[in-house]
Amino acid sequence: MLTAVLVGFVAALGFAFAGNHMRKSVSYWIPFLPASLFVYFALMVPPVLADGAILFQYNWAESMGVSMNFRLDILSLLFALLITGIGTLVFLYSTAYMRDHKQLDRFYGYLSLFMASMLGLVLAENLITLFVFWEMTSISSFFLIGFNYRDKKAGRAALTALCITGGGGLLLLVALLMMGQIAGTYSFTEILQSGDLLRDSLMYPVILLLLFAGVFTKSAQFPFHFWLPEAMRAPTPVSTYLHSATMVKAGIYLLARFHPVLEGPGLWQNTLLIVGGITMLFGAIHALLRTDMKAILAYTTISALGIMVFLTGLGTPAALAALGLFILVHALYKSSMFLLTGVLDKTTGTRNLTQLRGLGKYMPLVFAAGMLAALSNAGLLPALGYHSKHLFYEASLGHITHSTLLTGLALVTNILLLAAGLLIGLRPFTGQPSHQPGERVSSLLWLPTLLPGLLAVAAGLAPVFMEKTLTSPFTNELTTTAFEGHLHLWGGFDQLLMLSVMTLAAGLIVYWKFSTPKESRVDLVKREKLSPGGLMYKAALKLRNFFKTLIHILQNGYLRYYTSVIIGFLVLLMGLRIQYSLEFNYDLERILDVQAIEAVTMLVMVISVVVSVVSKSRLLAVASLGAVGLCICLIFLYFSAPDLAMTQFTIDTLTVVLFVLLLNGLPAYLLKADQGIHWRDLILAGGFGTLIFVFTLEVLNQPTDSGINAFYAENAYLLAKGKNVVNVILVDFRGVDTLIEIVVLAVAGLGVFSLIKLKVTDAPE
Amino acid sequence: MVILLAMMVGLMYAAGIYLVLRRSLVKLIIGLILLGNAANLLIFLIGGITRGEPPVIGEGEFTLGEIYADPLPQALILTAIVIGFGLQAFAMVLLEQEYREAGVTDLDSLKDEDTDDQ
Repeated sequence: MLTAVLVGFVAALGFAFAGNHMRKSVSYWIPFLPASLFVYFALMVPPVLADGAILFQYNWAESMGVSMNFRLDILSLLFALLITGIGTLVFLYSTAYMRDHKQLDRFYGYLSLFMASMLGLVLAENLITLFVFWEMTSISSFFLIGFNYRDKKAGRAALTALCITGGGGLLLLVALLMMGQIAGTYSFTEILQSGDLLRDSLMYPVILLLLFAGVFTKSAQFPFHFWLPEAMRAPTPVSTYLHSATMVKAGIYLLARFHPVLEGPGLWQNTLLIVGGITMLFGAIHALLRTDMKAILAYTTISALGIMVFLTGLGTPAALAALGLFILVHALYKSSMFLLTGVLDKTTGTRNLTQLRGLGKYMPLVFAAGMLAALSNAGLLPALGYHSKHLFYEASLGHITHSTLLTGLALVTNILLLAAGLLIGLRPFTGQPSHQPGERVSSLLWLPTLLPGLLAVAAGLAPVFMEKTLTSPFTNELTTTAFEGHLHLWGGFDQLLMLSVMTLAAGLIVYWKFSTPKESRVDLVKREKLSPGGLMYKAALKLRNFFKTLIHILQNGYLRYYTSVIIGFLVLLMGLRIQYSLEFNYDLERILDVQAIEAVTMLVMVISVVVSVVSKSRLLAVASLGAVGLCICLIFLYFSAPDLAMTQFTIDTLTVVLFVLLLNGLPAYLLKADQGIHWRDLILAGGFGTLIFVFTLEVLNQPTDSGINAFYAENAYLLAKGKNVVNVILVDFRGVDTLIEIVVLAVAGLGVFSLIKLKVTDAPE
Repeated sequence: MVILLAMMVGLMYAAGIYLVLRRSLVKLIIGLILLGNAANLLIFLIGGITRGEPPVIGEGEFTLGEIYADPLPQALILTAIVIGFGLQAFAMVLLEQEYREAGVTDLDSLKDEDTDDQ
């Protein structure tokens, strides 16, 4: 199982760096990767149906409760099959569609990366692992949307998508962490047991809202939907795979995943019903206002995602059964429609519906694919869509209080979606031919387009099989109440049939009305200033400007400013902290014991320090600096450190000599009198000095004997045959340190030497 | 004496910080040297100070006596003095070059050097 997830990442690395070796001949072999994964997961179907959930355990970061465990139940299996199945089609299709592209290596790299991340996402059993994969899908989506990176709009679309889904992802992380804290575990299987704990928690509403933020951004729910139509700038196979069949359903997956533990009346149901309802209607209306086929598909996808959220919100067994079925149905017909659009785009050079007509004559197989997809979308027999639409109506009719309202909403959405489906699957193929495609459509293009349609019909004709393998196990996984209804080809004359007939009739009328797209409708769409996307873009700009200003204030480029901020905060934070631990419990006899000569030295030192600070003459300042050094030298001498005194004396002399030598080459003091800054710096410096003073006294209060000095005292002569212990430490016990120190000095010396030799020939004006 | 030395260290740190915050190149160097000296003195002080008992083993003896100054901080400071000199020398030459080759007299004027060329 681990191999199944990781092989995609390994392949992605391999592809991405393959460079020029990644040519057409190689790319024909790539579809075998998702295909073999598909076979692997298909073989898992019987054991999962028998056992419910299979766990695969691998350790990752055990101490933090993060594991690489995978959980294969009907929900993750459904998604895994979709990811690898649609993946196979898309990879196959890409070998023909992307054949002449120069950057095939990167394309397949990103696509494999996405596939692996998506698989990881749906299989992850640990919340943290899930989040990691969740973000990786966002990132690979970013790369794929911006694949044509020379197109500025593609770049912007990629960034929008990343900001929206990535931002939502962060909120999701908070939700997951809170759930983990409350349940005391990050393992999903264990969290499954703590549903009541979560629902009774005070944080329950917060968790829900954060979770919804992640779900709604990822699954393009109103008002975060706008990144999805923009993301259609990606190559068509990518749109098919990520932005219709799989990635955008990650949010739905998450809702379904947490349905057993988080669902409940009130916030959960109402939010999902309202947001899902608005989204499905909004998307369906907008779809009909577009003329670009991919835009229509983007909005119908938004609408379909809305339906899924809506169904989750209903939460009845019928609704969940409809959800499971609809995820499959939608993936099948929508990928078919996307691939079909890609074929038309490739052969005619346009995706504009106003310019595409009568192509059925030239590409009958693609036309057939389009009809099958439209059939499934319309929910007509024998396609699988028939069953999902029935269940959808059954679920909305089953709502206790608002069945009429919700069914009406579902009806309108379905009518509009049916018309939109016909616009894609039927309209470009009928009427007078607009183009005369030169060559035949490659089998690598039409086969993946047609296959999902055929599958949908096959599945639609086997309702009992679908019920056994998908709807009932799916419902059982998500809820405790079993699904009572059944799938059948003919359910008799009832409300459901009536609704279906109404949908079909009204849909055909709408299609007929909208089948000649008018430019006026397109204009209407352009007034997007008040749309959520436009508003959020403006807000983002405002935010960016705000931070720009903030950064200009904080990072203004003045070194002195940075230093003072650092010192200021140091004083503030250490001062605040130290006041709690001050003991003022000093050994007065020890600290006040002063001899006369020491006191005189101190006095000289204070005067020298003050002079070196306030003196207007540079030479005087350097001279008093030398005096300070000599006083330190004396202090070392008084307090039993003859070696230090010697070193200090030498170095101090050298420093002063060097300084005086260079003084000629250094600029005179600036005479800038800014009293305000003067005082501010004085206060800062004074504060820091005081802090050091207090700190020193406190430290002296602590016992210092660590035993290390005793070791040196006893062994200096016995082990190292030296009587000057300080010297022995430097050249023997810590000899390597001294060697490194010499190296540092040598490097500094080299730096000094080369700086002196440096002549800037091309000095800036 | 400890209290005087502690005050001294505080004063030297304050003077060093104050000078580093000035705009003149020379003051920056003086400030750096003062800070270096202050740090050495600080380590010396908190290592514990002892009068007249240098850590040198006497004639005919094999170990240090009962009371002796801690040799470890002394070894540390010895290193620090030398390294500090390397740093100060480099800083001096660097700033001298800044002035000679680029005509920098005011540290604030270094602000825009990074962005001008872009």
